[in-house]
Amino acid sequence: MADASVNAMTGPSGPKPKRVFSSTNIIIYGTLLVVCLYYLLPLYIMIVTSLKGMPEIRLGNIFSPPVEITTEPWVKAWSEACTGVNCDGLSRGFWNSVAILVPSVVLSIAIASVNGYALANWKFKGSEVFFTILIFGAFIPYQVMIYPIVILLRESGDGITSFIRLFNSDAPNFRLMGSVWGLVIVHTIFGMPILTLLFRNYFTSVPEELFKAARVDGAGFWGIYFQIMLPMSLPIFVVAMILQVTGIWNDFLFGVIYTKPETYPMTVQLNNIVNSVQGVKEYNVNMAATLLTGLVPLIIYFASGKLFVRGIAAGAVKG
Amino acid sequence: MANSVEIRNLDLSFGSVEVLKDLNLDIAEGEFLVLLGSSGCGKSTLLNCIAGLLEVTDGQIFIKGKNVTWAEPSERGIGMVFQSYALYPQMTVKGNLSFGLKNAKVPKAEIEERVARAAEILQIEPLLNRKPGALSGGQRQRVAIGRALVRDVNVFLFDEPLSNLDAKLRVDLRVELKRLHNQLNNTMIYVTHDQVEAMTLADRIAVMKSGKIMQLGSPDEIYNKPKNLYVADFIGSPSMNFLEGQLEGGTFKKGGVVLPMTGYQYVNPLQVTDRPVTIGIRPEHVVTGELAAKAPVQSEVTVDLVEPMGSDTLVWSTFEGNSFRFRMDGQAPVTNGDTIKIGIDPAKGSLFDTSSEDRL
Repeated sequence: MADASVNAMTGPSGPKPKRVFSSTNIIIYGTLLVVCLYYLLPLYIMIVTSLKGMPEIRLGNIFSPPVEITTEPWVKAWSEACTGVNCDGLSRGFWNSVAILVPSVVLSIAIASVNGYALANWKFKGSEVFFTILIFGAFIPYQVMIYPIVILLRESGDGITSFIRLFNSDAPNFRLMGSVWGLVIVHTIFGMPILTLLFRNYFTSVPEELFKAARVDGAGFWGIYFQIMLPMSLPIFVVAMILQVTGIWNDFLFGVIYTKPETYPMTVQLNNIVNSVQGVKEYNVNMAATLLTGLVPLIIYFASGKLFVRGIAAGAVKG
Repeated sequence: MANSVEIRNLDLSFGSVEVLKDLNLDIAEGEFLVLLGSSGCGKSTLLNCIAGLLEVTDGQIFIKGKNVTWAEPSERGIGMVFQSYALYPQMTVKGNLSFGLKNAKVPKAEIEERVARAAEILQIEPLLNRKPGALSGGQRQRVAIGRALVRDVNVFLFDEPLSNLDAKLRVDLRVELKRLHNQLNNTMIYVTHDQVEAMTLADRIAVMKSGKIMQLGSPDEIYNKPKNLYVADFIGSPSMNFLEGQLEGGTFKKGGVVLPMTGYQYVNPLQVTDRPVTIGIRPEHVVTGELAAKAPVQSEVTVDLVEPMGSDTLVWSTFEGNSFRFRMDGQAPVTNGDTIKIGIDPAKGSLFDTSSEDRL
């Protein structure tokens, strides 16, 4: 009895003390630090270089911070850099990208969310087969489909032209191939498998009884979608938006194939600026142009990172 | 009395799995019917069929004399309350209550009026502008009931509405539901696996097993005259004691036990012949102490285990090689190993044919 009370006084009590500088901690945080520096180094060099003038760059000290900070390369990249015959900088590509991005994101998310909702809550005969086929689409390398889509866009553009001419014989040629709208359609189609999967899984996780209650309350397909499902699904819409914005903004291949020089998206134009072989290589302008192009996805990610993680956890993992 | 809900030859299968088989059920106007069964017996499925949330494979459903087999849930004149409450999380309580009415294009003034009345009946007036997330479980369930109430329907469907609540709240809300039924006099169909809820609430109970109704009757009939072994075993907690033996000339015999069945009401007295039978005796029908001496059959058992429950004490013992439970007064001084005199009145028991499991 006495022994026990002595032990109680001197033995371990309360939270177990943790050593801050234990060997595990040093290894873990040391490794993280090194890896972090390794990945941030290129970004540092880009920012530093973009703020230097050409004479300073020629000195060759790429790690040193700029002696004389100049924003001239940024201005030049945005509004003066030449690609081909156009010398209005990246701004043209930026607005082209916006014109491609906004309708693509809105259209693909609108269609995919209704798809996912129907597949999750209004199961019809063969809906599982339909879903499997759609998901299968996500595993086909899209390079395979580039040429068929070129033909498809060209032919359907011609088809639409002849349809319009039934009513107005003087109507100009309607072209999908080489137009922004053609590219919007392509982006919408290629976003469909993964977005539908995302939305279906999210809507499946919404309790079925909620859906049943709404049906008893007399809400139909669209009533339930707009009044019950949509307001509950903000996180997954943010996730879909981030996926689409980054995917479409960073796209190069579709942009270069399905548009023409006047409607090239920013990525294609960036490539044309950086890879131009005439004259002096203006590293500072190139760096500034690259940073400008990467800014949009970065801002989107930082602005909605928290919702992104939440939505990914809610929608993509489950089901 | 006219029938409120009629179910005719209802079949439902998911692929090759038959959940409901040729089910018939008539529910009278204003009746409180409880569908009782263990999980997977098809009771919730049946309720979903009545609600129109599941398409039936075969058969018909009538509500208020109207064939609603192909009707949408909202057209059937039903209100439904779910186990998980299923409140719309982004709407206020008021929004939840009025959602169905808005969909039915009820005039605004009438919506206000009906919501106010339902809120008054359920005492949720102070909560009308809150979101479901800010409500407790009991309040949520009340709102869910209110959502069915505002619809002014003939038939209320409850799908285990109290199962997500804690024990005390469940008892409170159970009483409230009963009061509500007395007040409104609507037809209510209530699904539960809790036999206490079933016994206390129901006008009639339908005990279900694998898609079939095993017995349909008043709580009294179900409890005292179970139609077959399954119902006898399922109803009552602790469950009935069973002894398998032989019926010989109106006397149950098993080893040294002889129970004369005088006074027992046979279902069909003319067809009782000697055969292997099972007798079921409820733990609360076994008497001890002085009463035991007056009972028609007396015996002595050794106590294996004692479960004191406050109001009474449950004693586990062994009788003729079978586990045997009986209730004693809560104050009775019993401990393991005691020998106790018990008395049984076989007339209060239930006799079942061992092979067909039906009541004799």
